[in-house]
Amino acid sequence: MLTESGTTRLFTSDAPLTMSNGATLGPVDVAWERYGELAPDRSNVVFICHALTGDAHAAGLREGDTKPGWWDSIIGPGKPIDTDRFHVICANLLGGCRGTTGPASVDPATGESYGLTFPEIHVADYVNVHRALMKEFGIERLAAVVGGSMGGMQALHWGLRHPEELRSIAVIAASSRLTAQNIAFSAVARAAIMRDPGFHDGRYLELGDQPSMGLSIARMMAHITYLSEEGMAEKFGRRFQEGDAKHGFGVDFAVESYLEYQGRTFLNRFDALTYLYLTRSMDYFDPFADADAAHMMAELQIPALVVSFDSDWRFDTGHSRRIVRELEQARVPVSFREISCPWGHDSFLLSDPDYHATVRAFLQGVQYV
Amino acid sequence: MSESITTASSELRADLALVAELIPRGSRVLDLGCGRASLLRHLIDEKGCTGTGVDGDPERLVTAIARGVPTIQLDLDSELGEFSDDSYDVVVLSRTLQAIRRPANVLAEMGRIGTRCIVSMPNFGFWRNRVSVLFGRMPVSRQLPYTWHDSPNLRYTTLKDLEDFFAAAGYTVERRIGVTDAGVPLPRGEVATNLRAGAAVYLLRRDRRRR
Repeated sequence: MLTESGTTRLFTSDAPLTMSNGATLGPVDVAWERYGELAPDRSNVVFICHALTGDAHAAGLREGDTKPGWWDSIIGPGKPIDTDRFHVICANLLGGCRGTTGPASVDPATGESYGLTFPEIHVADYVNVHRALMKEFGIERLAAVVGGSMGGMQALHWGLRHPEELRSIAVIAASSRLTAQNIAFSAVARAAIMRDPGFHDGRYLELGDQPSMGLSIARMMAHITYLSEEGMAEKFGRRFQEGDAKHGFGVDFAVESYLEYQGRTFLNRFDALTYLYLTRSMDYFDPFADADAAHMMAELQIPALVVSFDSDWRFDTGHSRRIVRELEQARVPVSFREISCPWGHDSFLLSDPDYHATVRAFLQGVQYV
Repeated sequence: MSESITTASSELRADLALVAELIPRGSRVLDLGCGRASLLRHLIDEKGCTGTGVDGDPERLVTAIARGVPTIQLDLDSELGEFSDDSYDVVVLSRTLQAIRRPANVLAEMGRIGTRCIVSMPNFGFWRNRVSVLFGRMPVSRQLPYTWHDSPNLRYTTLKDLEDFFAAAGYTVERRIGVTDAGVPLPRGEVATNLRAGAAVYLLRRDRRRR
């Protein structure tokens, strides 16, 4: 698989990015990866929007890595998002901590990291930065924008607001409006981070500290919401990590060990400020609050695929149904599948055959449009 | 126009070609139990229609989506409330009513969603079926191709009973086209349709006074 990666400066202090809340930001660097060959007419580009903790490394195995990119299950030669056919691009989000400018980056005005002075980010801002990247690459119209979870929110926003820049969107295990329960989970995650003595009002980087405990607890809790009860029961049951019960309050059950591990490894690759900004952007996302939100997409008859998983309780099928209802009633050509798969919200990262067949079919079907 | 109908009959199963002929050019069509979306693909390509297919079977849904037809997975018995009032010109229920648990409910929903409805249904009253039952056997025919224990069909009706059901549900039959067991349309004005038709296609208009 032909792979290219890099970082591109899209905005500078002199020509900054104007964000949704009116603030300006510059410089903005964006880390990206590209897979597969670009067609001479540049018509075969699929843009991948990553979720909360993803990054630009969506597919392929980098030298020295033991694990491939986070969506390698679906992107690659012969896979549903087929790099023999499509040129696939993924980029780290604005506010991210994996190569793209975010709150941990250095503010040129102060010489210190932005911390909590980084502007509030909306889903629109992620999309605007990625649109600028496509412009930089000379790509006028994307064959598809595809995203799961928070990535699905970006795909949806892109389709609704800039339908002339794409030919289809796929919105997988996503939501157009978080419920009180969704927001509550994020609120607890943020509280764990911000109340960690290592947080120092967001200035921890200057002080050489980190809210490690808070960030790992946030991650542990989030992981519970990514799996279904059935999936957890199957994966861990009530097994003990070391064969039999040790008692006491340490890690004893296998599921505890799993969460502990997830919380710990997360610290090596993720920044607490990014976690705050990105989760907050989801809380406010509500594109259909504008009753006319889908009219441009309907006018251009841009097809959408919406997929949910029956065991996902983080963004259950009701979230996807709402997106479908809004699009269908606005007369956007929309397809919907509820995939039966036991692995909860995480199912979107896995290789369920019915799910993969659906995504493959949709990208095939787009050629008719 | 005649050309597109020729294409229709060459590409579409005979009963679907009949349904297609009843749908005006440019209509917005909801096809309930759309299967692999042959009808909608045809209507989109040949008659400038738009629309949505609905089905519940994963394999059929994947095929329909691969054909570029907007297709929504949902349960006809319980989830038609997802569609808003008067949002389609035509709602099609082709060879599906017999496999539905609450047909009266589905029929009412169709009338709520669309102005006109097209329903096709195998005819249990077809003479050969009657003969079969007379000789003590459940009928197996081209229109009712399943053995009794292996059939997706939950309900069997004659056309006479079906028409009573339509009337009770508040529909006027605008057109009825009987087809032979092989799927060939019977001539208009055929007197013994309930005896001669293996299946029939109905164009229904909702009786507004009932709403």
